[in-house]
Amino acid sequence: MSEADRLDSYIGHRFVPVTAMVEAGRLRFFHKAIGETNPALTKPDEQGRLPIPPTYLFCLEMLDAENPFAFTEELGVPIETILHAEQSFTYRHPVKSGDRLDFLARLENVAHKKGGALTFLTQRVDVTNQNGVEVAEIERTLVIRNGA
Amino acid sequence: MVSGVWQKDFPPITRATLALYAGASGDHNAAHIDSDAAKAAGFSDVFGQGMLGMAYMGQTISDTVPPERIRCFSARFVAITQLGARLSCTGRPVRKYEEEGEERIAINLEMTDQFGETKLTGHAVVAVGARS
Repeated sequence: MSEADRLDSYIGHRFVPVTAMVEAGRLRFFHKAIGETNPALTKPDEQGRLPIPPTYLFCLEMLDAENPFAFTEELGVPIETILHAEQSFTYRHPVKSGDRLDFLARLENVAHKKGGALTFLTQRVDVTNQNGVEVAEIERTLVIRNGA
Repeated sequence: MVSGVWQKDFPPITRATLALYAGASGDHNAAHIDSDAAKAAGFSDVFGQGMLGMAYMGQTISDTVPPERIRCFSARFVAITQLGARLSCTGRPVRKYEEEGEERIAINLEMTDQFGETKLTGHAVVAVGARS
């Protein structure tokens, strides 16, 4: 089986689910890392809860995953050959500190481009909160630099 | 909100920026924090996490729009961000329309470095009012 066929055979593969906690202390560290000072993000609401920055769902999944690089490792792709190509978030419901989120990911698509030099892997992640409410959909596309 | 150009400038990317972001984001990919690992992977040195650039792009949106009004946000990673890069992001509202019973604005975003090289392009949709 060629490497392209091998990766194609993973389309629909479901990754190990991840449960993540949204914690105020970790959010403050993230604010520091990106220089976030906007009170709309850094000031707790009346219940003492913080909202999350627009890209933070991506981080939560990696922070609490047993293996943050499961996406590439479960497919047998060396991490040093990959780059992030595209990322998208669709937000359905606000997420705040104190929430517990479940991330369910599957391999949505595999695309081979530039005569096989590049392979694009697209993963779709459905995120639900502790009440079973769908809070977001995430899509991430990684590119494998074949021969790198 | 729908008119004008949004603009935000960011401090130069340092090794400390990349290390802090790695720790805070949970992305411990060594190519961003360990020069030896970056070189072994064929890069000249450590380079910026794509998601750091997207986080900056997100700030450009959330500086103008309350975070709970952002409906979707996507980015393409066009080029690697080198150490020392001074990134700036512009957002251009391009369209106002009705969707799912609310008024929404579509915004095109672009992140460039000090040489004008495009690093990320992005797109976002925000609601004009709070969700009822």
